[in-house]
Amino acid sequence: MFRSFLVAAALAAVVPSAMAQGTIKIAILGPMAFVQGENHWAGATMAMETINKAGGISVGGKKMMVELIRADSNEMTSVPDAASAVERVITRDKVDFLIGGFRSEAVLAMQEVAMDNKKLFLGAGAAHDELGMRVERDYNRYKYWFRITPTKNTDLGRTVFAVLNSVAGEIRTRLKKETPKVAILAEKAAWTEGLTAAAQKNLPAMKMEVVGVWNPSAVATDVTAELSAIERAGADIVFTILSGPVGIVTGRQMGERNMKAVAFGINVEAQKDEFWGATAGKANFVSTLDTYSEVEITPKTVAWVRAFKERFKKSPTYNAATYDAVMILKEAIETANSINSDDLVPVLEKISFVGNAAVLEFDKRHDPVYGLGKSLGIAVQWQDGKKVAFWPPQVKGMQPFRMPGD
Amino acid sequence: MLQDIIITGLISGGVYALLAIGFSLIFGVARIVNIAHTAFYMLASYGFYTLLVKVGLNFVFAGVLAVAGVTALSLLCYKLIIEPLREHESAVLIATIALALVIQELMLFGFGGHFLGIPSTLDGAFSVGGVSVAYQRVVIMGVAAAMLIATWTMLYRTRLGLAIRATANDLEVASLMGMNVHRIALATVAFSVLLAAIAGVVVAPVYVVDPFMWLGPLVTMLAIVVLGGLGSVKGSLIGAFIIGFVEAITVFALPAGAFLKGAVALSIMVLVLFVRPEGLYGVAFEEEER
Repeated sequence: MFRSFLVAAALAAVVPSAMAQGTIKIAILGPMAFVQGENHWAGATMAMETINKAGGISVGGKKMMVELIRADSNEMTSVPDAASAVERVITRDKVDFLIGGFRSEAVLAMQEVAMDNKKLFLGAGAAHDELGMRVERDYNRYKYWFRITPTKNTDLGRTVFAVLNSVAGEIRTRLKKETPKVAILAEKAAWTEGLTAAAQKNLPAMKMEVVGVWNPSAVATDVTAELSAIERAGADIVFTILSGPVGIVTGRQMGERNMKAVAFGINVEAQKDEFWGATAGKANFVSTLDTYSEVEITPKTVAWVRAFKERFKKSPTYNAATYDAVMILKEAIETANSINSDDLVPVLEKISFVGNAAVLEFDKRHDPVYGLGKSLGIAVQWQDGKKVAFWPPQVKGMQPFRMPGD
Repeated sequence: MLQDIIITGLISGGVYALLAIGFSLIFGVARIVNIAHTAFYMLASYGFYTLLVKVGLNFVFAGVLAVAGVTALSLLCYKLIIEPLREHESAVLIATIALALVIQELMLFGFGGHFLGIPSTLDGAFSVGGVSVAYQRVVIMGVAAAMLIATWTMLYRTRLGLAIRATANDLEVASLMGMNVHRIALATVAFSVLLAAIAGVVVAPVYVVDPFMWLGPLVTMLAIVVLGGLGSVKGSLIGAFIIGFVEAITVFALPAGAFLKGAVALSIMVLVLFVRPEGLYGVAFEEEER
């Protein structure tokens, strides 16, 4: 009896704790008091429930359950807190894998801690190109990083200009204007500068006239002045590059002013179900890039979005791609038959995984391969209180784009 | 463009005046630098949102209850947190910073980091000189004007106002004359938070309610009271409209520099500190200059 106890104690000391408990520990990192963190957690929870209900993940002939560790990164207010959260889940909670992150500046710091500890880190929120460029520059250190969502900034730009061209086409057809006028409304932030410069350079070549650039603060509570000037400039399209609450103010005030121009671009707040209520129902025709809708981006999308809505009573935002992150991890673990990060990296590099919003394959920077049928994104528009998808037109289930006055 | 600047400046100036006058009153009477002042403004917005959207009360009831509740809470905070420390000005300053952060964190805990919207009291817009003005903004201007008149009447036409001005002028003499300076300070706290709460309720339908909404107005309000002269009600009123118009001019004159409007306001504050450290209207209260 005593000898058995000694053997068990010795085994517990040498076998990794997760293995000993028969669980795989995954840290879900996000700003948990905010909608981004809520979606991180919700997506991962759904994946965990699906896996555990089916008996777990097969590793070395035995089934291991998934255990999620909820880690509030507090990254909205503190980048150091985000890095500390990664440190904490690795050292205290002894997690096997990391998933999540939202703000690029925070994820850049979180990535360093994860790489120091050689932990596989699947990003589900940050778009900065540098995250992937680090993998290319110093593969041995950064190979444990893979970006699940969104596409990197450069690809985000490619998508936004493709949709903008489609919106301009609508204006050419309906308003008989060969050269639609575009006002760029970009919050003052580092991430908007590249897109603003690219728009100023590319739009004239796309037969659109840029009538001006307006840079309110991301937390501006009033854009009356900007919208007045945009109206006077005769803009047909307000090209929004907004992530903060100014996106709500813009949508609401455009509606209050009955503006003829249509808003399209990136408006993170407009991706949320709460947007319509937050604008007091004034944001008709506001459109934005998005990730999920009840359209057939992949064969899994419609059923999963419906299941998510049923479970959480709201639509998923792109951070809910933690579901895909957990599921791709499961596939990689079962293929490699290991939970060692070093064993999983080569498997993930070769994987082709049909997710809920993309068919995920990774390039040499461990970014999702961009393109229709791979990872592209969609565009949605608020129409009479409902968020409907209208782009890319090749995807089944898309609805027509509408303009003020329709 | 001129019409745009006038209307935008008047609306912003009115809201800033409601906040800055209350802040100045507390300082003038009780020598309390109440950093939590705009946190009460935020609290009123949340209260209004909860009562209107969640509970389903009508605009008037929701607004009155939110303002009354926040004012009552401010009195409790004054009794529990500020009054015991009143002899130590820096301790009061730190305590009010802590109080503001506690309120922020409580809102974050209770409502999450969501940006919440409130329906307009009056829907629709009209055009003045080619400028589209939403009715809700007219409501804001009207309420701000009414409250500023009420403040003036209270200060210059009532016994309480006389007591407040006397206390602000010389606390010790007021006390020696038999005035209950503690009760006057309490009444001033209530009145100034009432103004902030009213501002929070009337702007909520045009702004976005979130746990960090108190920070922007705080910085602007500090710039205004330094510009007008810390403790001076008249200075705060004039400073509020100066800053409101400067912000409007910045946005209209520099479209790509609209984000600089806060920095411009603070630059004016720094400039005033260099040229006239006491602000436009003296050190404590306009009566001191007489």
